[in-house]
Amino acid sequence: MSKLVLKNVARRYGEVEAVADFSLEMRKGEFVSLLGPSGCGKTTTLRMIAGFMPPSSGAIELDGEVISSPSGVVPPEKRRMSMIFQSYAIWPNMTVGQNVGFGLKIRKVPKAEAERRIDKILDITQMRALKDRYPAELSGGQQQRVALARAIVVEPEILLLDEPLSNLDANLREEMRFEIRRLHDEFKITTVYVTHDQSEAMVTSDRIVVMNKGRIEQIDAPHILYGKPRSRFVAGFIGRTNFLERDGGNYSLRPQSIGISTAKPSANGVEAEVVDRAYLGEHWDYQVKPLGEARGLRVSTLPTSVFEVGQRVWLEIDPAAMVRVDQ
Amino acid sequence: MATNARPLKRGWDPTWLLWGAIIAVLLFLVVSPFIELILSSFRSPKDGGFTFANYAAAYGRERYVQALINSLQLGAAAAVLAGIFAIPLAWAVSRTNMPGRGFVRMVVLATFITPPYTGAVAWILLAGPNAGWLNKAFVFLTGAEAGPFNIYSFPGLVFVIALYSFPYIFIFTSAALELVSSEMEDAANILGAGTWRTMRRVTLPLALPAILGGLIICFLEAIALFASPAMIAIPARFNVVTTQLFQFFANPVRVEVAAAYAMPLLGVTVMLVLVQRLITNRKGFVALTGKGGERRPIDLGRGRWLMFGYAMLVASMSVFLPYIFLMQAAFAKAWGRGFSLDNFSFKNFHFILFEHATAAHSVFNALLFGAAAATAAVIITFGVSYIVTRRLIPYAEVLGFLCVAPFVIPGVVLAIGFYAAYAPPPLALYGTAMILILAFTTRFLPIGYVNSSAALRSLNPEMEEAVRVLGGNRFTALKRVVAPLLKRNLLGAWLLIFIPATRELSSAIFLYGPNTKVVSVMIFDMSEEGNFEYLAALALILQALTLPMLWIGQRAMGRDFMLRRTAT
Repeated sequence: MSKLVLKNVARRYGEVEAVADFSLEMRKGEFVSLLGPSGCGKTTTLRMIAGFMPPSSGAIELDGEVISSPSGVVPPEKRRMSMIFQSYAIWPNMTVGQNVGFGLKIRKVPKAEAERRIDKILDITQMRALKDRYPAELSGGQQQRVALARAIVVEPEILLLDEPLSNLDANLREEMRFEIRRLHDEFKITTVYVTHDQSEAMVTSDRIVVMNKGRIEQIDAPHILYGKPRSRFVAGFIGRTNFLERDGGNYSLRPQSIGISTAKPSANGVEAEVVDRAYLGEHWDYQVKPLGEARGLRVSTLPTSVFEVGQRVWLEIDPAAMVRVDQ
Repeated sequence: MATNARPLKRGWDPTWLLWGAIIAVLLFLVVSPFIELILSSFRSPKDGGFTFANYAAAYGRERYVQALINSLQLGAAAAVLAGIFAIPLAWAVSRTNMPGRGFVRMVVLATFITPPYTGAVAWILLAGPNAGWLNKAFVFLTGAEAGPFNIYSFPGLVFVIALYSFPYIFIFTSAALELVSSEMEDAANILGAGTWRTMRRVTLPLALPAILGGLIICFLEAIALFASPAMIAIPARFNVVTTQLFQFFANPVRVEVAAAYAMPLLGVTVMLVLVQRLITNRKGFVALTGKGGERRPIDLGRGRWLMFGYAMLVASMSVFLPYIFLMQAAFAKAWGRGFSLDNFSFKNFHFILFEHATAAHSVFNALLFGAAAATAAVIITFGVSYIVTRRLIPYAEVLGFLCVAPFVIPGVVLAIGFYAAYAPPPLALYGTAMILILAFTTRFLPIGYVNSSAALRSLNPEMEEAVRVLGGNRFTALKRVVAPLLKRNLLGAWLLIFIPATRELSSAIFLYGPNTKVVSVMIFDMSEEGNFEYLAALALILQALTLPMLWIGQRAMGRDFMLRRTAT
């Protein structure tokens, strides 16, 4: 049986359809991201799962039991879920230990056991030393760890994360992605993760739901999304790509799937001119224009492949790397 | 796929009971007295039938109509004079390098917490014909036969009212001026405008909507005031609306006529408050960029001492002279005998506190009713602003509107509504402590609401949502997170209600009974009896009791907590 099921869920605000016809089934222990640009309906979906708002139509089921439908909603406090908020929502009037222990206290866990579980989770999140501090004394990353510890210690049925890393700086963000995945691997909590950052979603998730304008574009594992994007939107949103028109169809071709050299390749060679280039350390980013074509292509290469602007080069395109996408 | 899903469990939230109770309370406090006020103005006192006779009686005499005109003239004149006091001070304090700016702010605060009736009494001591200290000084200095000052006159009343309502304009103006960034002024300076021209053409126009808003509030304050006109206008043999209303309430009580007579006062207030909101909310014209640019004080050169002199002149009139002579009277055997050691005595304080039959009790009543009203108002308005900001029920804004609605109801009019609604059976609350507490609560709901909703808006809703996903209900969230985080703000709101509630007169004078006299009514009675020594002692006791409250408020909310826009 699926752990969490969303059946044709929709949410309307007057005329505006924030989420439309959203269906998803998650198995126990799965980590799924809702990925999309701001305003795509991902946070609305998450808040419906949490029980903060009812769906306008459709239903949400947890372990086979309807918990949300237009006719009624099990309130958030009865759902046995946890949520990590964009602002962390660490209560400044409580210490780290009190914050983490709050859910256990509400669940009337005996004091000794509660202390043991608090200490364990603080060890795992490396926050044990700061147990008696107040949140105002903590850095953003530490607050983030408190939020994680507080959400996980209650062993929720579902863990919900709403853009949890968007307030951290770039280095910390990268570190925390792996941290979140590590905690998931350790506790196997069924997790829904909302983000607009594709690399965050790819690092953490078993499957990614790509959303656009309230609708699902594609649901797949990260490598399939990247390798076989079904729509132009997905191809453009997950990584960078070139769009080509061939035989009346639209194709996506990743910049690193194009070979570039001074020598003419044996097959599928196209002659082109380097129009622009940028060195990004890990790779070169070339803008090239096949001779006689109006539109340019992006090509990325190893840092060792150096070409000058204006230079004539040969491109090698593997037809298998071209993926047909919907308009 | 779970096709045989079990039926949905609906969550019953016990907090709905609380919301229901709050709605009922608002209907009781705001809607019912207001409706009863309107209805009773059309009700025949004899048979209870529909009639226009009350309106005929209320406007049938020329002197009744004249009192209305007097009120409007009084309001306009007082607002203009208060503007003359307040605007230069506000500009100097918030934008210039005038010396003693902090001190001037303190003086404005001292003025603000001086009840209008205390100020009026002090000025009776200072500028009463013949015996007033200023007249005596004038006679002494010039050898003339009589001094020129007579507080018992229309200009005298305008002066006293303006003197104790100018802080409203000060608060509005300085709040606006503090938002005009120096960069806007620099832009004018670079284009060749001098300090003076910049102020006239750039700074003041930007603050103009706020200044107009302050003038309107001042006008409304002046026409709604009861105490100062009763102490000054009645001896001067003219009436204003509020004193005329008081006479309709003298035996026999003609509440229906009073209700009819109160309608223009209510109408003018509603209209002007709408105008004021319109002016101050207009965007674009008020190009105030918030806390964007830095603000440097403007160098006034030698003019800063001139400015300081002006501030001290206003301060002398509103604070220094009044308090010096109130103290003189309070510690004197007889105030007319002047400053001498053999005239010094504690007997007035002793009499007030230990011998007078009701004076000490009236202080106790004021504190008790004020505390009860402040507590009730904070609880109600906090509940309502919670419902409104969290959108817990549809059309919650209506509740918010009901909380701020009493702002447009002058105290005397509110009292008439309460009298009409709750004095008759079945409740028969007239003369009870309850009716005073209820009336005070209603009167100060707007202050409570503005402060509670500002506090709640500053709190991220995710703080509560985090409680709820972890299994706590709304009560848990309120108790464990919201209340602890907002306790300072709520304490501030409580004090902002408690302080004015302890000195409230204009609604109390219509509703008190033999056992529920409050200190303001006591002071008013003593002024009618001419017991200025006792009165001064009592007024000073009231002021002294305010000081610790002020101190607590400043500790909790910052030094200027009473001089913010949310305080009025």
